[in-house]
Formats: sequence, C-alpha cells, structure tokens
Amino acid sequence: MFGLSRKDTLLLIFVAIITFAAPILMNPFPTESSLAQFNAGYPDLMQRFVIFGIFAIGFNILFGLTGYLSFGHAAFLGAGSYACVWMFKLLGYNILPGIILSVIVSAIFALAIGYISLRRSGIYFSILTLAFAQMSFALAYSVLGTDMFGLKGGLTNGETGLQVYNSDPQIFHSDSAPDLPHLFGIPMRTTEVVQYGAWEFQFNVGFYFCAVVMLIAFYLSIRIFRSPFGLMLRAVKTNQNRLNYTGVNTKPYALAAFVISGMYAGLAGGLLSAMDPLAGAERMQWTASGEVVLMTILGGAGTLIGPVLGAGLIKYFENIFSKINEGILKGWFEFLPDTLGDAVVWVLYFFTGSGWHLTLGLMFMLVVIFLPGGLVEGAGRLFGIGRRKKKTPASKTQAAE
Amino acid sequence: MTFSKTTIGRRGLIKGGAALGVGLAAPTFFDSRSFAAAHSGYLNAPTGKSVTLGFNVPQTGPYADEGADELRAYKLAVKHLNGEGDGGMMNTMMIDGGKSALTGNGVLGKKVEYVTGDTQTKSDAARASAKSMIEKDGAVMITGGSSSGVAIAVQGLCQEAGVIFMAGLTHSNDTTGKDKKANGFRHFFNGYMSGAALAPVLEKMYGKERKAYHLTADYTWGWTQQESIQNATEDKGWETVQNVLTPLATTDFSSYVAPVVNSGADILVLNHYGGNMVNSLTSAVQFGLRDKVVNGHNFEIVVPLYSRLMAQGAGENVKGIFGSTNWHWSLSDEGSKAFVQSFGKEYGFPPSQAAHTCYVQTLLYADACERAGTFNPCGVVEALEGLEFDGMGNGPTLYRAEDHQCFKDVLVVKGKENPDSEFDVLEVVEVTPRAQVEYAPDHPMFAGGDLGECNPGA
Repeated sequence: MFGLSRKDTLLLIFVAIITFAAPILMNPFPTESSLAQFNAGYPDLMQRFVIFGIFAIGFNILFGLTGYLSFGHAAFLGAGSYACVWMFKLLGYNILPGIILSVIVSAIFALAIGYISLRRSGIYFSILTLAFAQMSFALAYSVLGTDMFGLKGGLTNGETGLQVYNSDPQIFHSDSAPDLPHLFGIPMRTTEVVQYGAWEFQFNVGFYFCAVVMLIAFYLSIRIFRSPFGLMLRAVKTNQNRLNYTGVNTKPYALAAFVISGMYAGLAGGLLSAMDPLAGAERMQWTASGEVVLMTILGGAGTLIGPVLGAGLIKYFENIFSKINEGILKGWFEFLPDTLGDAVVWVLYFFTGSGWHLTLGLMFMLVVIFLPGGLVEGAGRLFGIGRRKKKTPASKTQAAE
Repeated sequence: MTFSKTTIGRRGLIKGGAALGVGLAAPTFFDSRSFAAAHSGYLNAPTGKSVTLGFNVPQTGPYADEGADELRAYKLAVKHLNGEGDGGMMNTMMIDGGKSALTGNGVLGKKVEYVTGDTQTKSDAARASAKSMIEKDGAVMITGGSSSGVAIAVQGLCQEAGVIFMAGLTHSNDTTGKDKKANGFRHFFNGYMSGAALAPVLEKMYGKERKAYHLTADYTWGWTQQESIQNATEDKGWETVQNVLTPLATTDFSSYVAPVVNSGADILVLNHYGGNMVNSLTSAVQFGLRDKVVNGHNFEIVVPLYSRLMAQGAGENVKGIFGSTNWHWSLSDEGSKAFVQSFGKEYGFPPSQAAHTCYVQTLLYADACERAGTFNPCGVVEALEGLEFDGMGNGPTLYRAEDHQCFKDVLVVKGKENPDSEFDVLEVVEVTPRAQVEYAPDHPMFAGGDLGECNPGA
C-alpha cells in the first residue's frame, strides 16, 4: 500500500492505530485511583510525544542513515518555533502559514549550517554543529532579544520568549476567528473530555492534528529509508572513503539528508508553537540538541520506529516522574514503619521529582550497555523474533566514523 | 505491493471492531468536562469536595532556594485555609476595612488540594508544567515564579487557557507593564519601585557625584530593573559608566568583575538575584573592590533587589551593602508576626520575602473566591481589582485595577554589621511610603501593554 512493502505497511498501520488510540492507551488508570499519577493521556504531553517523535524521526534520517552525529539540531527546532510565532503575530492565528514557514526557514538554516559543517566528518562535524547551535542560542537569547528595529523585545524577546500581543498586526485575523491558534476556525486547544465509567479520556484537536502530521512524516521517512537515496546514505555511513574512491561525490547526499532532517526539526518546532504560541530560546540550547540524540539512541538509531519510542519515553519521564514529590512518595510507603518508610522515601526521592534525570541516566546506561540497538532491540528480544536479527543486520547501530 | 488481504483483514477487523465498539459505547457514558464547563461557565470548575491549586516553582537552577521557600509557604497557606495550624495571617487579614471571609473551612466549603511542578527557571518547561496542572490535574489557579521571564510566560498561558495566575516572586516591570494580563495578579513590588525607594537613600549615603557600573542579569527582570535604577540614580546626579549583561546561567562572574576595576566607576550595581547575586557579589569582594578608593570615594556595591536567602548565601560579604526588599521577617506589625510565628513553628526558621509574597497571594486568591462566591476567573478578577487590604505585613495595600499591581510600602535594607543569628542578616534602614513609589499606569517604563478581557476558559 502507498508503495510500501507489506511489512512496512503493517508497521505504518500499527503506528497509526497506536497514535490515534493514544488518548485511551495513555490513560490506563481510573482518574480517582492512586495510580492516576502515571496517566499520560492529557493533551499537552500527548502533543509532545508526537512532536518530539517527528523531531527524532528527522534526526534519525541523518544520524541513523548517514552516521553523521549532529549536536545542533535544536537550532532548527528553535528557528521553526520563532518562524511560526512570527506568522501568528503578523498574519493571524491560522497555523498553516506558520508551519509552512517554519519548515522553509529551518531548511534555509540547515542548508547554511550543513554546507559548512559537512566539510568535516566525525567528531569535528559534531563540534561544528554544536558550535552553530550555541551561536543560534546566544543570538536568540540575547543579541536578537533586545529592542531593535523599533521592535520592543527584538526578534526573539530574549529569555521571556516570543509571544503574541493584542497590539500585533495579525492582518488576516477576523473577529469571528478564535483568539488562539486554530486551523480554519477549529482551535487547537479544543478538547473533548469523555468519562467512561471511572476513566476519563481527553480527545484534543491539536493532538490529532500533530498525529496526522507525524504519520505523514513517518511515512515519508519509511520511503526515504527504502529508496535508492536511502541506500546511498547507508553507503555513506558504511564507508564514505570507498564511495569517494569509486568516483561518487557523497557530499550532496549528506547535505540533502542534513537539510531534510533540519526540515523535520523545523516542522516539529512549528508544531510546538502551534500548540502553544510561545517560543523560548532554551529550545535551542545544547541540552535540547542532546535530548534528541538520547531519544534516537534510546529507541534505536537506524530503526524506523525507535526514535518515536525514545521520544515518548523521555518526555514521559520528564513530565510524569518529575512530578512525583516527597508527599506522594510518603503516601505510597505509609504502610511501612516510620523510620523504614522515611529511609525508603529518602532514597527514592533522589530518583523522582527533580531527580528524574538520574533515573533517565541510569536507564540510558542500561540500554546502551545491554541493548545497543535500543528499545527496538529490546522489544525484538522480548518477543523472541530471532529471525529479525539474521535478516536485517542493518538495524544495528554503528558508531559514526 | 505485496499486500495480503486475509491477514490484514482479520487483524483489521478485530482492531477496528474493538475501536468501533468503544466509540459506540462511549456516548452512553457521556459526561464530558467541557459539558460541565459549559454549565458552570468556566474551566476546571471543581465538581467534588475539593479544589486544586497549582504551585509552579523552580526546584532546580539559580533560583532553586527561593523556589523551595515558596513551596513551604504554599503548603503552609493550604494548611491554614483548610483549618489546620494556627491560621497565620488569616487572623490579621483586613479586606476593605473588614475581616476576611476565610474561616479555615477550605475555600467555598471545598478542601484545598495542590499539585507542584518544577519550572526549571525556563519558560518552556514552566509552561509545560503549568499546562499539565491545568489539563491533567484540573487546577483552577496557577501560582509561582521566581524568575520574571517564567512568570510572564506562565501568565500568558493562564490568560490563554482561562485560569487565574497569582504571580509569586517576579520583580520585572514588564509583568504588570507591557506583558500584563487580565487573569494575572502581582503582589510583589517591581524594579521601578526599587529605584524610587533606593535612590534617595543612596544619595544620602554616597552623595551626588558617583559613577555607577551595572552588571545585569540578561532577561526581562534584569533589563527593567537596570533601567529603573539607572533612571532613578541619574535623577540624583549619578553617572552610569557602563551596563554589562550577564547570562542567567552564569556561575563564574570573575570575567565580568575584572573590567570594573579599571572602568573608573566607584559604584558597582549588581542587578542579579538568587544564586547569581551570591556568586557575583562574592566575586566582586574577592577582587577587593570594597577596599578600593576611586575618584576620592570608597568603592561601594549596591544590590537593588535583596533577599534574606541571598544574604545568607553570600555570608560575610553582604555587610553594609544596600538594597530593597518587599518584606522582611523582622517587621513588627501583627500580620508579619503571625506569619513568622506559624512559619517558624512549621519549619524552624523564618520565611523569606519570596515565601511571604506567595503565602499572601494564596490567601488573597482564596479570599477573593469567597467574596465572589465562585472560582470563576472573571469573578475573582472583579473581586481583586481595586481591592484595599491590610494586615498582610506591608501596611495598607492597593491592588490597582488598571494593571493588577499591588501598591504598598517598600523596605530599604542593609546587610547587618553584627548579626545575632544566621537569619538576622538584614536590617531595615527605611520604610519608603507607598506614595513615593507610585506611578501612573501609562508610565513609559510600563507602557505598551494591554490587560485584555478576563478569560474563564469556557
């Protein structure tokens, strides 16, 4: 179907079903139960799952296929976000112009940064991209964030983040249109809350919009993976020198992959702004760039679905584990004697709340050491699919040169 | 196209059938929250026996100390609202000349519950955290801050979503200036007020012929405070040599302090707060700036926004350094005494100004709900606008309707030379009367904003 092999079609359909059913699947615990803490089925988090899924899918096209490890992809995410908010400010709250512009802007960014960075490979390439991303961050955070060109707050409004004000032009904004991001009059924030017995499910317009975009992005990524172009990218990863010796100019291929993955990042940035019309400079910081590397490796670099899984896992930890505070832990261990209970809470508190990074770090270590293929390899082993290993050794991660 | 119809057909049938079943069954159990919202008229209207508030404070980053103290104050306020503990300021609070409507029976008969979140001192993370409180936990009010950038970002979100935002510690002029919102309220004072209160004292202490060098945290708070202090001191005859912006995440300030020595300035103004101020002040003292004599004057350091937590962090270095603060635990009015006593009993040490403003904001919100008879943001906005209250530690205070900013006395403080205890590090030099720090809503430093309409979110 759609020019995909049977296996890929099944994968796409599987992902589509999981995504569309996410509001139900992510809320497995009744609202009033003590486990409701672990429910992730609220619009903001589900939107983040799919948006960062797009970001990671795009990153995987570069890292998973060509092996070029970019540490600066957050710059494209940020550029996309700012572009989208500027469209809101100038044209109005319809999200389509914003998202289209964010993809274009990030493509131009990626072309410029990629053209220079791809002159080197390996660690030098990584450092160059990191440097560019930090430069963009400094620009957005400080240089472009002060009053300039008669704009209060400049192009990016610095640390506060770019937002839409009532005094902005919004030339296509009509009184009948909602005063927040919308798609032809349907606000992204609209949520239908359905009570089903003790359960509560939130069906959000913005989430479904992002989900459809992610499925399209996922489909395109499958096509790229299976195309001759994708094959060439894999060849670049395996042995670029040999390709050069045989007379193939690899640079246009790597650059194309870089730009495509930058566009994915810009798309994700645009969607972030479309869901919540504020663009902050910290989206461009190196930690954000590092996060997408973690997502991809955690899920399984070079696999189709791995990055999406990794993105989901990290966002889940960030939003759910970080909210388990001391009071909640105490509630769980009330049944223990006081001193023992306090001791357990004391230990566990290092791993929850603001210590969620620690849990994530431990998990990342475990995955990298025992499952170098990421969660996808873990799932493969779990379901005992031995044949997968024999047939597609390409899905194994290999370090960039 | 190798597509096997039978396999997909069977699987698809089962999956599709299940999905269809759920879909068909759903309406019979239909009881949507948006339905409830349409009837109650506002978002997250509490339906059970409790009401949920969201406390969104920095638990990591340069303002983590302030955030931790804010959280303590919030928890104490919730206790008092639910009738536990000694009631604190609920007993001293005077609303429009009369007693407060709060009785310790929750708010509008509903028990107060809360959720907490970490802003990480980043706008994005703070908004994500606030969103999850609104969408997942059903919070009707978000409060917190400790960085003006974050406070402004979250205030914008609350306006869009349709819940009340009670700003915690945020000192930028923009919070109730160009970024003011109808659903947002600020009790804390701002950069302009610091300048207006501090400049006369600085003139008296250090004279008119001074050259100031500013180090400024590079975000909305730093910019507006720097502008305010520069204006206020230049009115008194000072000269501003230079203003250098430092990133919020900076921890080593030595490279910023070194150029001060040869700049010809004889005053260093540190527009820094929290961990930033502790580090920059320590750095400045290590460079021996305070022992220098420049232009015939002793070199002096000024920290326009002071807090007890910072002073404690900087230790010996704060002695004799002037600044302004919103509130200090050593005040002897009834409200302050009641608050310090119940906070001290709970945690064993006195509260900071961040704790104070957060505690007061929570009580003011609760009282406004009681008086409005609803949690509806529009009702709360109406109840708070133009409110005159007293007995909360700052003397008679006005919540101005035009910009949702509180107007009250401002304290000018100094690092104590001979502290009695580790908490007794600041002494109050002057209580600047409210009239001296007031300004018009359309003052140039606050212009360009628009409150907009209150948004109940439904």
